[in-house]
Amino acid sequence: MKEQLEAIRSRAAAELEQASDPQALEALRVKYLGKKGELTAILKQMGGLSAEERPVIGQLANEVRAFLEDVISRRAASLKAAELEKKLEAEKLDVTLPGTHREIGHKHPLTVVLDELKEIFIGMGFDIVEGPEVEYDYYNFEALNIPKNHPARDTQDTFYINDNILLRTQTSSVQVRVMEKQKPPIRVISPGRVYRSDAVDATHSPLFHQIEGLVVDKDVTFADLKGTLEIFVKQLYGEDSVVRFRPHHFPFTEPSAELDVQCFHCHGEGCRLCKGEGWIELLGCGMVHPKVLLGCNIDPEVYSGFAFGIGLERLVMRRYNIDDLRLFYENDVRFLKQF
Amino acid sequence: MNLSMRWLKEFVPVNMEPRAFSEAVTMSGSKVEGWEIEGAEIDKVVVGQVLSIAKHENSDHLVICQVDVDSGSPLQIVTGASNLHPGDIVPVALDGSTLPGGKKIKKGKLRGVESNGMLCSLGELGLTQHDFPYAIEDGIFVLGDDCDRTLGKPIQEAIGLNDTSVEFEITSNRPDCFSVIGLAREVAATFDLPLTLHKPVVKGCGESCEGMLDVKVEEPDLCYIYSARIVKNVRVKPSPRWMRERLRSMGVRPINNIVDITNYVMLEYGQPMHAFDLRYIDEGKIRVRLAKDGEKITTLDGVDRTLEHTNLVIADANKPVAIAGVMGGEYSGIMDDTTTIVFESACFNAPSVRITARDQGMRTDASSRYEKGLDPNSCLPALERACELVELLDAGDVLDGVLMDNHSHSERRRIHLDTDWINHFLDLNLSKDEMHSILHKIDCEFDGEDVLVPTFRPDLEHKADLAEEIARFYGYNKIPGTCLTGSAQGRYTDTQRFENTISDTMLALGLSEIMTYSFISPKYYDKIQMPENDPRRKSVVISNPLGEDTSIMRTTALPSMLETLARNYNNRNAAAALFEIASEYLPTADDKLPIERKMLLGGMYGAGADFFTVKGAVEQLLERLGVMDWDIAASSEEYSYHPGRCAVLTVGGERLGVLGEIHPQVAENYGIGERVYCFSLDIALMYQYAQHEKTYKPLPKFPAVSRDLALICDDEIPVLDLEKAIRRGAGDLLEEIRLFDVYRGAQIEAGKKSVAFSITLRSADSTLDDGQISACMKRVMKELEKAGAVLRS
Repeated sequence: MKEQLEAIRSRAAAELEQASDPQALEALRVKYLGKKGELTAILKQMGGLSAEERPVIGQLANEVRAFLEDVISRRAASLKAAELEKKLEAEKLDVTLPGTHREIGHKHPLTVVLDELKEIFIGMGFDIVEGPEVEYDYYNFEALNIPKNHPARDTQDTFYINDNILLRTQTSSVQVRVMEKQKPPIRVISPGRVYRSDAVDATHSPLFHQIEGLVVDKDVTFADLKGTLEIFVKQLYGEDSVVRFRPHHFPFTEPSAELDVQCFHCHGEGCRLCKGEGWIELLGCGMVHPKVLLGCNIDPEVYSGFAFGIGLERLVMRRYNIDDLRLFYENDVRFLKQF
Repeated sequence: MNLSMRWLKEFVPVNMEPRAFSEAVTMSGSKVEGWEIEGAEIDKVVVGQVLSIAKHENSDHLVICQVDVDSGSPLQIVTGASNLHPGDIVPVALDGSTLPGGKKIKKGKLRGVESNGMLCSLGELGLTQHDFPYAIEDGIFVLGDDCDRTLGKPIQEAIGLNDTSVEFEITSNRPDCFSVIGLAREVAATFDLPLTLHKPVVKGCGESCEGMLDVKVEEPDLCYIYSARIVKNVRVKPSPRWMRERLRSMGVRPINNIVDITNYVMLEYGQPMHAFDLRYIDEGKIRVRLAKDGEKITTLDGVDRTLEHTNLVIADANKPVAIAGVMGGEYSGIMDDTTTIVFESACFNAPSVRITARDQGMRTDASSRYEKGLDPNSCLPALERACELVELLDAGDVLDGVLMDNHSHSERRRIHLDTDWINHFLDLNLSKDEMHSILHKIDCEFDGEDVLVPTFRPDLEHKADLAEEIARFYGYNKIPGTCLTGSAQGRYTDTQRFENTISDTMLALGLSEIMTYSFISPKYYDKIQMPENDPRRKSVVISNPLGEDTSIMRTTALPSMLETLARNYNNRNAAAALFEIASEYLPTADDKLPIERKMLLGGMYGAGADFFTVKGAVEQLLERLGVMDWDIAASSEEYSYHPGRCAVLTVGGERLGVLGEIHPQVAENYGIGERVYCFSLDIALMYQYAQHEKTYKPLPKFPAVSRDLALICDDEIPVLDLEKAIRRGAGDLLEEIRLFDVYRGAQIEAGKKSVAFSITLRSADSTLDDGQISACMKRVMKELEKAGAVLRS
């Protein structure tokens, strides 16, 4: 019997090594270790053995079984590995084929940059307010120290609805509305559409966007205006940007200034981008005129403030090197998809 | 405003490169737009003398000149000009020289004869006869006595073509800077240089003007001062080179001595002057009065004009002779036979000039100055200056005495110099003396704690104005930058966040954002088939539009969307999916502002978009926004939409919006050859009905069961009705309804359809048993039967 067991061990081991797929392996397992298998058949004959032989043969039979089970499991693992290998080989892809794209929408470039500006100002404690685009002359001009027949009206060609109602030419109209409603401290920006009767060309549009800013509180100084806008510019264009404040005139601020950023391209030397000036005009600003505060029932002896206005389109055109303002309002998808 | 640097130097000893000069004055508040150096393009053109002129053997019209340019030996130059004589002093372009426009001159042979350069005409130097009236147009420019005739001298220096003209942007609050003296004052203050002004002195001819002209201002509120002097024996001729040169550099064309003097004084003092012929003044009376309605005048530009009672005029006994502050009348000009003229210097009310100029549709140099508000106190000095120049130029004999009607009482305005307030306002720490010294530079005087501001600075009214003067000469950029103090929290409001969510969702759904004009053409309403009598045709109308296309404020943003889709279609973009958060402007009363209603517009074509693509986008948006309980119903009433493929959404009984396929006729009106799908939703209403707070619902602990239902119902019954029936029947146990088939055709009776749903049921607190499930399904079937559906057998 011992010889029979040894014979099974070597024959089965040899056959198992030859098994070429999981099915063949399983067949062999049944052939040797199954209920009707050869090893089982031998074990069934153990009853006829002597008491001395029985434990010896029993142990041997168990050894053979354990040995074969081990061979089977190793063989199974290696067959599985080989099969996986084959599958992987068969599934090989050309990874350089293009990926599948889902259509996603694109923000309008004006919104992309406006959102950035909003974030900067929200971070500096500003709220965002809105005002009407069809506006009373009073809010757009008169309350801003630009009475009827004031020459400053010439610089803003206005669309009128009637004598008292117009399409706002500047988001500054929102300043007075805010001050009428809210008592200081005030810290707001107000982005929106403004209208001027300029014929459409590459650099002009009868409709464009401004972002107005207004701060009113006790002890607000010209130095605060400078500091606040300097921070804004550094947030927008980077820590190393250089700004200058240049005296200017707006009827509703005093002192008034324009903020120029040193040309990023030539660093002040003068180039085509900055039209030889070395500086790029970014925004207008100034301390809120005492007459404007008074008109809103805010005592200029107690409160002071500053205001600023930024033109969005030009900012965005410079950001993306867009040379034609009309593209913003044509909304060709080939344009929109670039942002 | 152009400024001649040569003229400027008469008042301020400034000697700087244009760039550094421009930078500095820009930073003190006088913005320089650019500068131009006269004659800068000219190189190697010098003064020469024609020594001899000989005939050219091979040409009838060429001559050979020997020209001395002080270079050792004479140059031989061939020219075609016929106006030369030996001894003439001429501009000589040497070999290798450059002329305006970049034209290069090289030596060469002309019909076989060597020519070492070119003799130049006025035109070749970029000049005209206005600059040198004695020169002929089609010949060589022969330099006169008024030029430097040193041989070999660069021509620019010799003829004064070497001024620098600096262009300033003058803001409307500084009419005083529309003058050489005004800018000189700014320049002197900027560089801390002395300002030397000249007090005009008129000798007079000893004969009085008394009784020659009776001057009366009838509207002292509109004309503060009217002053005049009379010049007889007028000798009209060209003005001298220095005057022509300065006018040219300031961009004004020289005409003759009298006209040039009026322009010269206007440029120097900023005070418009007017000169007119005394002959045409009826009865020797000057009346400054308002015009009568319908009164006529022909102005200097030859235009017949009808006046209104709001127009101020200068009139004689019978008729207007000038529109005050705007333009003189036709016959008031200087003619060849003029002998006696009146120089007028007056100051008019700014808005009055502005309104008149606007009404008459003409803006002149004079009106654009007057309308900014001039100083009455500069009228007389300017008048004196003009008469001084008349004497200097020997242009006539100035009669003694000034004719004047003066109603001005323009005194220096007094402003308290609140040094503490100004220091605090600017965050500076200047002493009173330091402030005084800055303000002194711009001609302020002081009286105790008060500043007396000059009358030519009406813009200085308040201590904030003084602060600006101090700040700009101290240097804006020397003032520190500080951070705002006090705490402030910035954040988006709930509605702003809601809009951001709308936008984010649209983007995620694959729609790109557009921005369109808010004004449209009234014809666009026709294009979208809006009925003639639709109330939304009443729009806010722009009274002075650029054109019809942008003449009314839209009451619906749909045309803007369709226009954009059409543009994309025409640009051969195969597909587009777009959205806009667009305002619509709904008129209220005429004297009230319209309602600006924000709408969400969506539109798409191509890339397989169909009705269910837009509907799906709208459904997903509403879900994302938390807008519940909205309802939808088919509508054939929407004029812009396909009558069988359009649905109206409602919430709380209000119209939330509309979605569907655009009416094929409308698509055709826009020239879009594809099916177009749009939607429009009211943002405020969505906000009102949105569930803003989200609450967590625990994940299910118990298993779900699904049941499929195949139903038969009338084809007319909307699937939504069946869905609602299932919801009613299943109640709280319902987790999800999924429609998986709608079928009409074989095996289904005509006029009926088969609809198949998969229903998922789940209880939050237990595993559903068969009893519960079948009871629930029984309720569902009962509701479905009520709705008109039966199980498909």
